[in-house]
Amino acid sequence: MTRLIEIEGAAVHQGAVVALRDVDFHIDRGEIVTVVGPNGSGKSTLMKTVIGALKPISGRVARAPGLRIGYVPQSLQIDPTLPITVARFLGLPRRLPRKTTCAVLEQAGVPDLADRQMAALSGGQFQRVLLARAMLEKPDLLILDEATQGLDQPGSAAFYRQIEEIRQQEGCAVLMVSHELHVVMAASDRVICLNGHVCCHGTPEIVASAPEYRALFGSGTGGALALYRHDHDHSHDSEGNCLHDHDCGHEDRHNHTHAHGVAVKHEEAH
Amino acid sequence: MDLLDSFMMRAMLAGIGVMIAAAPLGCFVVWRRMAYFGDATAHAAILGVAIALGFEISIFVGVLGMSLAMAVTVSTLTGRGYAMDTLLGVVSHSALAFGLVAVSFLQGVRIDLMAYLFGDILAVSRGDLAVIWGGALLVLALVCWRWSALLMSTLNPDMAYASGIDPKREQLVLTVALAVVVAVAIKVVGVVLIAALLIVPAASARPLVKTPETMAVLAAMIGVASVLGGLQGALVLDTPAGPSIVCVAAMIFLAVSVGGGVRGVLRGK
Repeated sequence: MTRLIEIEGAAVHQGAVVALRDVDFHIDRGEIVTVVGPNGSGKSTLMKTVIGALKPISGRVARAPGLRIGYVPQSLQIDPTLPITVARFLGLPRRLPRKTTCAVLEQAGVPDLADRQMAALSGGQFQRVLLARAMLEKPDLLILDEATQGLDQPGSAAFYRQIEEIRQQEGCAVLMVSHELHVVMAASDRVICLNGHVCCHGTPEIVASAPEYRALFGSGTGGALALYRHDHDHSHDSEGNCLHDHDCGHEDRHNHTHAHGVAVKHEEAH
Repeated sequence: MDLLDSFMMRAMLAGIGVMIAAAPLGCFVVWRRMAYFGDATAHAAILGVAIALGFEISIFVGVLGMSLAMAVTVSTLTGRGYAMDTLLGVVSHSALAFGLVAVSFLQGVRIDLMAYLFGDILAVSRGDLAVIWGGALLVLALVCWRWSALLMSTLNPDMAYASGIDPKREQLVLTVALAVVVAVAIKVVGVVLIAALLIVPAASARPLVKTPETMAVLAAMIGVASVLGGLQGALVLDTPAGPSIVCVAAMIFLAVSVGGGVRGVLRGK
């Protein structure tokens, strides 16, 4: 198995704040890895470190030589003064022949959009175009940073189905950050729980049945696992968010207990 | 008779030269909301003039150095937790004020000050023309060469990083290009109105186009039309040339905006 990216013992600062410390992370060819964690846990910082936008102040980041990354950002606000058609956007950073553009849009399930302004697209169309552009880089690694934010439930389900298809066709590794833990759990090879450091990680199935996992997360509330498996033993607040006390013990070095509410927008499948 | 013997011809060529560089660069200034940044860089130029006169070096070199220093300073301070508009407001006008005070220490310059503040396009020499076109072509080449990378960085820095583009380097490209444009444009419209050359043609082109490239080309065309119209107007009405150019550009902007508004109303019906 080829290692695409390996991060060892990295500490990353966001401004003056230590956003990540002691992070070991790797992703191999063809894997789907999901990063979960509460707000401010350093998920986006980890993504930025992987793509090279942030440099760790200590530790090591190694990339496979010639690694190609396709990146779908969390959101993309295009300034209203910047006119850009879908076709032109897809041709960044390398221009495409018209035929390729049309074929790509067809494949992405949004034909006939080529001459539309990016700003005029619906949320779902916009995400599909972003994904299509990322795939044009012929990436070894596709990175999705909460890419379904702003999509409704059917929209994000369709989006994830498309990513599954792409993975099967192209064989690229997928690294995603998500709050939609139930969707993610089904598709992922590995799950990494982040909270300033790596709280815990492993394959979903093994992790799900491992007693160590519950020990790692603390036994108080069943931890985030309850979310993945749709065990509805968590409390809901008035907005339908699930609230958890999430205890992350991490060997002796991190012998601390930090309670943080993991507020997750969570549509329940009935 | 040589074509360049006519002061009017030299003025037109100078204006066109500045515009073909300023207009595409101005698009990025607009897209990245750097209007104030352009102002600060331009205002620092007057300090550059004072230094150049004081040390008896070329005005172009003095202005280029000072504008570059200002642009790099502001660029470095960006994203370090300062409120940008406040910081730029302070830096930009301080640079202008210090520049004016510094110039006042130099004897015999006071009469010329208007030329640096508002430009003196009708007094452009052959040497000036060479500097203007040299700088303009350099900026144009730089912007064309980095176009896709600049566009990616403008749209989303993280997307740029993922594609192997360093948005910080692209920012530096823009910064340098901006300083060069300021240095060559000071003779044409002066420090006070340089930012207008960057922003007004780009803003006028915006409602008429669908892609970034056509916006840059149309902005350049509008810029050139403003130069020709402004110079013609200045000749006929005996008005100052630099401000006249900016007036024509502003009128084009107004016409496009009103036209767009009318079209919108008609379509709405």
